[in-house]
Amino acid sequence: MPTTPRAPAPGDPLIRLADVSRVFPARSRQGSPVTALDHVDLDVRAGEVLGVVGYSGAGKSTLLRLVNALDRPTAGTVTVAGREVSSLSERALREVRRDIGMIFQQFNLFASRTVWGNIAYPLTVAGVPKDQHRERISELLHFVGLADKAHTHIEQLSGGQKQRVGIARALATDPRILLADEPTSALDPQTTGEVLALLRRVNEELGITIVLITHEMEVVRTLADRVAVMEAGRVVELGDTYDVFAAPQHPATQRFVSTLVEKGPPPRALQRLRERHDGRMVTLSFRDGDATPADVFGAFIERGVTFELVHGGVEDVGGRTFGHLTFSLTGDDAAVADATAYVATLVELTTPASPREAS
Amino acid sequence: MDRLVELDSFFWDATRETLGIVAATLLIGGLGGLLLGVLLHTTRPGGIAPNRVVHVVLNVLVNFFRPIPFVIFIAAAQPAARLVVGTGIGNPAIIFALSVAATFGISRIVEQNLVSVDPGVLEASRAMGAGRLRTTLTVLLPEALGPLVLGYTFALVAIVDMSAVAGVVGGGGLGAFALTYGYRQYEPVVTWAAVLVIIALVQVAQFAGNRLARAAMRR
Repeated sequence: MPTTPRAPAPGDPLIRLADVSRVFPARSRQGSPVTALDHVDLDVRAGEVLGVVGYSGAGKSTLLRLVNALDRPTAGTVTVAGREVSSLSERALREVRRDIGMIFQQFNLFASRTVWGNIAYPLTVAGVPKDQHRERISELLHFVGLADKAHTHIEQLSGGQKQRVGIARALATDPRILLADEPTSALDPQTTGEVLALLRRVNEELGITIVLITHEMEVVRTLADRVAVMEAGRVVELGDTYDVFAAPQHPATQRFVSTLVEKGPPPRALQRLRERHDGRMVTLSFRDGDATPADVFGAFIERGVTFELVHGGVEDVGGRTFGHLTFSLTGDDAAVADATAYVATLVELTTPASPREAS
Repeated sequence: MDRLVELDSFFWDATRETLGIVAATLLIGGLGGLLLGVLLHTTRPGGIAPNRVVHVVLNVLVNFFRPIPFVIFIAAAQPAARLVVGTGIGNPAIIFALSVAATFGISRIVEQNLVSVDPGVLEASRAMGAGRLRTTLTVLLPEALGPLVLGYTFALVAIVDMSAVAGVVGGGGLGAFALTYGYRQYEPVVTWAAVLVIIALVQVAQFAGNRLARAAMRR
């Protein structure tokens, strides 16, 4: 008999990884064991979309597979909705897994079945009577926008359509959690947008908690409420998506964020800018709640400093904005010094430097 | 040619016997090979039910039997045949020996075709809460069905080939017929007639196999 799950108290995390490590044994006698996860603590809140980013080998796939116990930790515990899945038997897990849908980078659809057959599979596994399949499958197909493809074979679908079938299949048993393993990495940008929009609806309309792993920051920005950044088996940064984008703390996070948002001009552009502009170069970082560009412009004008915007832009993350703007400031030296000193009290001010100059 | 006409009834009996031997072997050896091949695949490291000991034992067993030339295997398997089918000679003994040999041969064909199934698809099935047996029967085998049909067609042709030596333990069929009435009695036309029928059987089998495989792969 499965143990009765403890009713989760409100505010309890839906998924909790507590001091979790996963060490893979050495592949050969000469090799050394590989630590994929190294003492990871991570909570996933009910109803949120948590993005997990990291380079290949950072441990994010391993982390995801611990949640539905496709893999087990070598130390620590994984708890899902109050049940410790890391110690359940394979048989007991079958029931838990019906509450956790999963989608994959390569879709992993059954080529031997039609779209209908793929979505029916988890229903059959879960023991849903056959006469209820029709209604449920039709509902799911409409939700993912493939109502006309019910009897199509998988190989006749485009990549985006395949992932939508994957999503429908993952949702068939009405799970509370959806695990998404690089769901858009095999798709083109246009299709990526469609799939992300669908996942957004899965979260907002169906209230399903999503744990999404990816190496694409655009995916995180579009979908995630919070971000966990992984490096070498550890979670090195965790925070609201906006904060992580607007003020990344860890070097790994900064590298990821810089793929989408440059803080200042890159070294080569900076060199060209210096040739064209002889003023003092400063980068101002604006965040929601800080002073606005208008405040800063006012301060410059008051002090008789001429400013020219040479690089940067304003970004939107989850409806909140931030931006890194690089200005060339010209005017009386004392006035420029006074203006920058004052502006630095309003917003973060940095002097753009090429790595060589900085070192 | 006249001799062939005289042998007419023997000739058709021999054809029927070959068909019977091959069909029985394909059924028994085919099922045995499927079971053994699935076990080889699922118990391999990284398979859906990894088990080092079982995998190594099965591997050694298959490698032990497969290199034995069939004509020698028939003789070596006679005591076992007496034990299982009650006789060491005739068609029951040859079906027994063929089925054992086919089990080991087909197991490798099955294993190879199952390897081509994307492990991600099996993982997806597991993630949906399916057990190992269900995953094997409703995902692993259907996903490999097209190649499996082609593999079994190949095995069928090999069984027709092996069945030709049935005569050494008093079994019948076209091989025995060709040797007895053609080769030993200096009647090349009789031998060729048997060869032609065997070729026709193989052609029909291959054609049917290709059609079935294409239907399974829907291409």
